[in-house]
Amino acid sequence: MFYREAGQFKSNYVSDAAIFPLREDRIGLGIVIAAAYALAFMGSDFLLQAVMIPFLVFSLASIGLNILTGYTGLLSLGTGAFMGVGAYACYKLMTAFPDVNVIVWIFVSGFFSAAIGALFGLPSLRIKGFYLAVATLAAQFFLQWCFIRIPWLVNYNVSGALDAPLRTFFGIPIIGATATPQTRYLLVLTIVILLTWLASNLVHGRIGRMWIAIRDMDLAAELMGIRPLQTKLLAFAVSSYYCGVAGALLVFLWYGGAEYDVFNINQSFFILFMVIIGGLGSLIGSFFGAALIFIMPIVLGIVLPALLSPFGISVGSDTIEHLRFMIVGALIIFFLIVEPHGLARLWQIGKQKLLVWPFPY
Amino acid sequence: MSFRKLSLGLAAATMLAGTALPAFAQDSIYVPLFTYRTGAFAGSGTYIADGMHDYLQMLNQRDGGIGGVKLVLEECETGYDTKKGVECYESVKGKNPVLVNPWSTGITLPLIPRASVDKIPILSMAYGLSASARGDIFPWIFNPPSTYWDGLSMIIRYIGEKEGGLEKLKGKKIGFIHLDAAFGKEPVPLLQELAKDIGFEVALYPVAAQDMQNQSSQWLSARRDRPDYMVMWGWGSMNGAAVKEAVRSGYPMDKFYSVWWPSEDDARAGGAGAKGFKMLNWHAVGANFPALQDIQKHVVDKGLSKSPKDKVGELLYNRGVYNSLLIAEAIATAQKVTGKKVVTGEDVRRGLENIKLDPARLKELGLEGFTEQLVLSCSDHNGHRPAFMQEWDGAKWVKISDPIEPMTDRVKAQLDAAATDYAEKNAGWPKRTEPCDNAS
Repeated sequence: MFYREAGQFKSNYVSDAAIFPLREDRIGLGIVIAAAYALAFMGSDFLLQAVMIPFLVFSLASIGLNILTGYTGLLSLGTGAFMGVGAYACYKLMTAFPDVNVIVWIFVSGFFSAAIGALFGLPSLRIKGFYLAVATLAAQFFLQWCFIRIPWLVNYNVSGALDAPLRTFFGIPIIGATATPQTRYLLVLTIVILLTWLASNLVHGRIGRMWIAIRDMDLAAELMGIRPLQTKLLAFAVSSYYCGVAGALLVFLWYGGAEYDVFNINQSFFILFMVIIGGLGSLIGSFFGAALIFIMPIVLGIVLPALLSPFGISVGSDTIEHLRFMIVGALIIFFLIVEPHGLARLWQIGKQKLLVWPFPY
Repeated sequence: MSFRKLSLGLAAATMLAGTALPAFAQDSIYVPLFTYRTGAFAGSGTYIADGMHDYLQMLNQRDGGIGGVKLVLEECETGYDTKKGVECYESVKGKNPVLVNPWSTGITLPLIPRASVDKIPILSMAYGLSASARGDIFPWIFNPPSTYWDGLSMIIRYIGEKEGGLEKLKGKKIGFIHLDAAFGKEPVPLLQELAKDIGFEVALYPVAAQDMQNQSSQWLSARRDRPDYMVMWGWGSMNGAAVKEAVRSGYPMDKFYSVWWPSEDDARAGGAGAKGFKMLNWHAVGANFPALQDIQKHVVDKGLSKSPKDKVGELLYNRGVYNSLLIAEAIATAQKVTGKKVVTGEDVRRGLENIKLDPARLKELGLEGFTEQLVLSCSDHNGHRPAFMQEWDGAKWVKISDPIEPMTDRVKAQLDAAATDYAEKNAGWPKRTEPCDNAS
């Protein structure tokens, strides 16, 4: 009724090829972005710092992995390590050149991650599927080893950990303990929106088509004139770029300091689950996946005690933790059975049904 | 469709949860306890959590809180995971906590710069950033009673005394098996410095966090290198696995020393062969103290504890009790210093700086002989207290030495270097502005 295609005519190629051909979609997107910005001024510190910032960081990392795994069909287990490269690169850059604005370094640190990603992507030309996953696993372990063993990476800190020195943007602290959750959130949000917009243009354009062609059948793609080496390496580089920026955001705008252990294999799996649950080969799916895997447990942790206490059941925090695991696990299985293509596919079906609601014909 | 509703519901629930944080009545003191009863480290974390909770709960039940003010205890499950720990911190921050104890070095590090901004002191008891012992640079961080450098110097001193003097260590070989993380690597520079000065040899056996349970290669190397002594810096399942491997590879257990983290379970893992294994400790084991009897009576017997009755008094349970003893003492001192009943984080920071746990006070608390005296000050947030050596006799820990003094001068050198280094690297690290109550 409110969401329909009727009456919207496409009179030129540009509007036909638009990513959001429907006016309602464009309005909806505008509202979501406006609401996201408004949240900075209305949400509590807990909501911003412990829910929204990590959600956006994980969404960005998921987009990164989605470009590689979802769009190009190359399975990677090195996401955590690539995030780490971004974080360590950003730390080195911002301490070596403290006068340059740190936002520049956040974007630049992604390039270091991209270079390392492309390097570890080289085997992808010869090996595929599970074998490639094992090769990227090597990247995970090797890079993690580097994070522990090369004290130069942390400027010979005795604690061996990354810390977030104070950095400002036009006099407002954005990194360091004095930065308010509002400013951090606004910065993360802006970076994530910018990079998502870039990714959207990439995957819908020529480069994205090349990735998808390689994913669907690399032999056919090669015969059509797509060069697999360059395309696959580009996918690795772009994917790692996103992961690297996400890693830098994670350490400096969310944690505010971290040990190497943050970038362990579990982080890689965590992001991979988000991508699979959200939907392979979908940008919005990356956001859904991050929401389900990261926000759901937090919501359960708050809602469960409130639900159980009226019945006189008081449960300890450890029981809640076990319940969280069980419920999130069950939900993952439920969603995968109901819709193996992830939440993005459910979203798409929902939109299609809505187009003809309330008079399906 | 259904997904739309679901996502709407989710969004609504998130908003609600974010805005509607429960408000606490201002006639109580809110003490959050970061615990881990789940995850890879639950084996150690559960005892500590029980000990911490039960002691404070006992004060609530027996005395109605501290100074007549009830304590609101809330556990937040971290699973020893930095991500969840930071989430816990954010969720308790709004409820006016008087202090936090992260119980993980990984969680402590991101919280250190926030403490002074949020005005919440951090009590990282004998873990965390060793440099934070310097109160003039880290006014909000406390890590009593000893740093890892103190610990290492005590072990070396003890070994030296057994050999008949530190200089007798010359030409010996000391193996150092440690968790390959900031925690385990921290003592290495001091160990190497001592090795150079005294003239012993050091063999390092790092254990990566993911291989904690599989140390066969390290112990194989140890068998080849034949170190005269082995010193361990481990946590969680690493300790148990190390004891087991040491027994299996036939390493003489009476030459095997550890910092203060192994538990009874870790020693039991080695079976009968673990006899002779030694570790540092700074508090008693067992429940023969009036305060611990009160825990049995007021908490465990009433079913208010999650701990089985026979676990009260075990090593890590008492470690948790010690942690809570410091919390309670900090609150009580804060009440005394400020004259207020309901204290805030800022007051408890002052309380921690004025802590004076002498034998008389310990007796008053029903913990006579439980631990050494501990006095903190504005500049010293650690105490650098001596610890004693205890030995596993096959069934329980037996205290085998008097308190061993740390090598204060050497520790101080490490400490000052690390603290200034930290403040320098974090350009703009705030200068201490908090006034000092006991300037001396």
